[in-house]
Amino acid sequence: MSGPTEWLSVTETAQKIASGEVTAARVVENYLARIANVDRELNAYLTVTSDEARKAATEIDRKRAANQPLGPLGGVPIALKDNLVTKGTATTAGSKILDGWVPPFDGAVVEKLRAAGAIILGKVNCDEFAMGSSTERSAFKKTKNPWDTSRVPGGSSGGSSAAVAAGLCAASLGTDTGGSIRQPAAFCGVVGMKPTYGRVSRWGVVAFASSLDQVGPLTRTVRDSALVLEAIAGLDPRDSTSLDAPVPRYVDSLTGNVKGLKVGIPHEYFDATIDDEIRAAIEKAKAALVERGAILVDISLPNTAHALPAYYIVAPAEASSNLARYDGIRFGKAASGAKNLLDLYMKSRGSGFGPEVKRRIMLGTYALRSGYYDAYYKKAQQIRTLIKRDFDKAFHHVDVVLTPTTPTAAFRFNSKATPLDMYLADIFTLSCNLAGLPGMSVPCGLTVDGLPVGVQLMGKPLDEATLLRTADVIEAAVGLGNRRPGGRS
Amino acid sequence: MTELADLLEHWEPVIGLEVHVQLATRSKAFSPSAVKFGSPPNSLTDPVVLGMPGTLPVFNQQALALALRLGVATESKIRARSRFARKHYFYPDQPKGYQISQYDEPLCEDGHIDLILGGEVRRVRLQRIHLEEDAGKNTHTGAVSHVDLNRAGVPLVEVVTAPEIYSSEEAAEFMRALHRLVRWLEISEADMEKGQMRCDANVSVRRRGEDRLGTRTELKNINSFRFVQNAIEHEIARQVRLLDEGQRIIQETRLWDAERGASESMRSKETAEDYRYFPDPDLPPVVVDAPLMGGILKSLPELPTQRFVRYQKTHGLAADDARTLISERSLAEYFDAAVKAHPGDSSGRMIANWLLTELLGALNADGKTIDDTPMPAARLSELIRLVEDGTISGKIGKEIFEESYRTGEAPLAIVERRGVQQISDEAALWEIVEQVVSANAKQAEAYASGKDGLFGFFVGQVMKATQGRANPVITSDLLHKRLGR
Repeated sequence: MSGPTEWLSVTETAQKIASGEVTAARVVENYLARIANVDRELNAYLTVTSDEARKAATEIDRKRAANQPLGPLGGVPIALKDNLVTKGTATTAGSKILDGWVPPFDGAVVEKLRAAGAIILGKVNCDEFAMGSSTERSAFKKTKNPWDTSRVPGGSSGGSSAAVAAGLCAASLGTDTGGSIRQPAAFCGVVGMKPTYGRVSRWGVVAFASSLDQVGPLTRTVRDSALVLEAIAGLDPRDSTSLDAPVPRYVDSLTGNVKGLKVGIPHEYFDATIDDEIRAAIEKAKAALVERGAILVDISLPNTAHALPAYYIVAPAEASSNLARYDGIRFGKAASGAKNLLDLYMKSRGSGFGPEVKRRIMLGTYALRSGYYDAYYKKAQQIRTLIKRDFDKAFHHVDVVLTPTTPTAAFRFNSKATPLDMYLADIFTLSCNLAGLPGMSVPCGLTVDGLPVGVQLMGKPLDEATLLRTADVIEAAVGLGNRRPGGRS
Repeated sequence: MTELADLLEHWEPVIGLEVHVQLATRSKAFSPSAVKFGSPPNSLTDPVVLGMPGTLPVFNQQALALALRLGVATESKIRARSRFARKHYFYPDQPKGYQISQYDEPLCEDGHIDLILGGEVRRVRLQRIHLEEDAGKNTHTGAVSHVDLNRAGVPLVEVVTAPEIYSSEEAAEFMRALHRLVRWLEISEADMEKGQMRCDANVSVRRRGEDRLGTRTELKNINSFRFVQNAIEHEIARQVRLLDEGQRIIQETRLWDAERGASESMRSKETAEDYRYFPDPDLPPVVVDAPLMGGILKSLPELPTQRFVRYQKTHGLAADDARTLISERSLAEYFDAAVKAHPGDSSGRMIANWLLTELLGALNADGKTIDDTPMPAARLSELIRLVEDGTISGKIGKEIFEESYRTGEAPLAIVERRGVQQISDEAALWEIVEQVVSANAKQAEAYASGKDGLFGFFVGQVMKATQGRANPVITSDLLHKRLGR
């Protein structure tokens, strides 16, 4: 096979390499060529690890020649959000304060991908420390939405979603703290999975909000999502919050059968302000499920309105703590010309962090002040318990909850006037993180302007399989099929 | 310190201590780096210790087991689920920008430690014992500062007393008791010179008869038993003088300078840091379940103060001897083993005497401790039995001890080889007494006429004739009989 391989699914890529139809080296070269062509405009990549990828491809091809097993992702080129720690490759988390830091170790998901035979193609852009919903907050680049380059790719995993949507990798990993995988997946027309909190190890994830962060795949198909999730999930003794539960063969759950599946429709999500076109696309997804035997059940998640304020206490509080380590002394850049220690801290942090990060550090520092803990952080944690209880109750009656992923399709650059406008872009995705549940976004059509729309599915703890099964049916019925971004504004 | 006594006529000091004790684990509290003293700077680190992005803490269960031993030994209430909290402050010795500690849900609460003060057991209540990680060490030389993170992440327990210590002597005694206890429990070497045990003291004074506590100051950096006493004494005197002059005490942290023998203000309450405590989201609650507690309870040795009481009650030891025996667990265990090897149980005092006088004397002379004694407890016990049952005299016993200590030969074997068994056979001794008196008829006459001092001469002659083996009690009986009075 000498034709283009960039649009192959993960499944197809692995199969064609395993069967010898194409070499891993060819697949890698095709991606590198496409990145060189297309990414000049899109700016998805911060670092392309060409040498490492070529070396890994040669090794895969050697193994294949020697009839050795290649692994489930053998030869599949994958891009990593730049807040995932990679041994020997710069890891910035989109921040100047980490500019130049080359980690001495691989994160757990990176180890697992390599062990499964995947090839790391490079590191992709994100909002600084994953704080944002548009990737505009990256300290380095503005990544564009491949469907309309005047629009954002979503965020914070905007590099991950843009790269997958534009055929610049077979799949990517992102992180999701309040929607950072699902929202960009929806904006770029790809499949985004945020697993159950603890399903995937956080060892080697540059922390934003420890009790909310989770790594997950962004892929062009639901089947790919299942494959990559299986490769990265599982207990890790280095992460005390990782869950000791067996990892199922997720692809086996893709039965195409949703007969009798109870799909919860929470009216709180649909009562909100949603663009008409989004609403219409979601209705199509619902109808497709009903057509195939699923049952829609009206449910209530009464504490939904409290998710945003609770999230904006918990996430900044934890972030203010997690980001205390960036003092410019052991990694990243120390400011020059400091007069004393305090001055060094203030100058390094003052010049190293961008405005959104500073805003959240201040919010979080305020919330954790002595004497205010009960009123803020503790209260927010109590709200989390209530939100979780809402879901627990709902899951007595339904198997999966369906909502829009976002209230609008991808917005234009600089269109969110205030931080709060930006925060509201995540209104539908926050609850899932607060409750620790698995959630995913799967494409369910395009707007008249040709912008993708995502439908969000949320499930019981550790029940990613039901999400994937449902998403697979939606994908087959109302997915984007062979429609690809034109990349024109 | 009569001067201090004068100052304290109207004022009562109230002291609370916060003592940090390093736990003797193999690896750090939350990461795999080894724990060792005196390694090259920054050789005992890993990405977790360095606070690198993407790293996560995993709690060392060995540290939990050690802390629980202290919790149980101090009869603390132990939380089934305690929590780690983050304590934030910026300093280069703290790579993450926060220290993992425990805040409102500590592992242990409401325990106590018993001190022995003037032969009495005095109870000091503990508010809490919590787990935390140590910070690194900064060294400042001129304009340059060096950071060594070998100590960063070493597990500690912080032991916090109630403000119920009323003198610097009591405070020092508390430190000694805690030191003895943690060594006894084998949870820490507690070497203060190596910083394995460190003390901060909260000191205030109030008018005698007053219930309310005065304004306190916190003394930091007092790292020997002597400094604890000196620093607190100095602070009490400073506060009383200020109050006597009509001034107020400022709530502040003061740093003790042992070289100058004075303290200086570090920071006042107004500039105190806000540590922004909150539960560490990377660490699940510390769970203490029944199997874990069962194991701890089973492995816990009899405690020093329990032994102190038992030695006096069961073995009739003097308080001083009992106290010396419990100064080290190995010494107490040696004593117990010697008692156990001994058939009767009324010989505790005798065993204590031989152990504290002869054996410790010999060990001291050799610069050794009880841990490297060449004479096992059973052997000392055997020797004492030979003296007690009259096989050898006490005097010979000391010689046999010497030889057994040097050569390792069993006391009985030495006695038999040297033929130094005591002669207690009355018929045999009568014969010797007979010979001695006949051979010294003049002296016998003199004694009979009232020269009492000559009795010793006859005893000496009998001993000479038997190479010191004659049983002195029987010899003296027989001599009285033979000499007529």
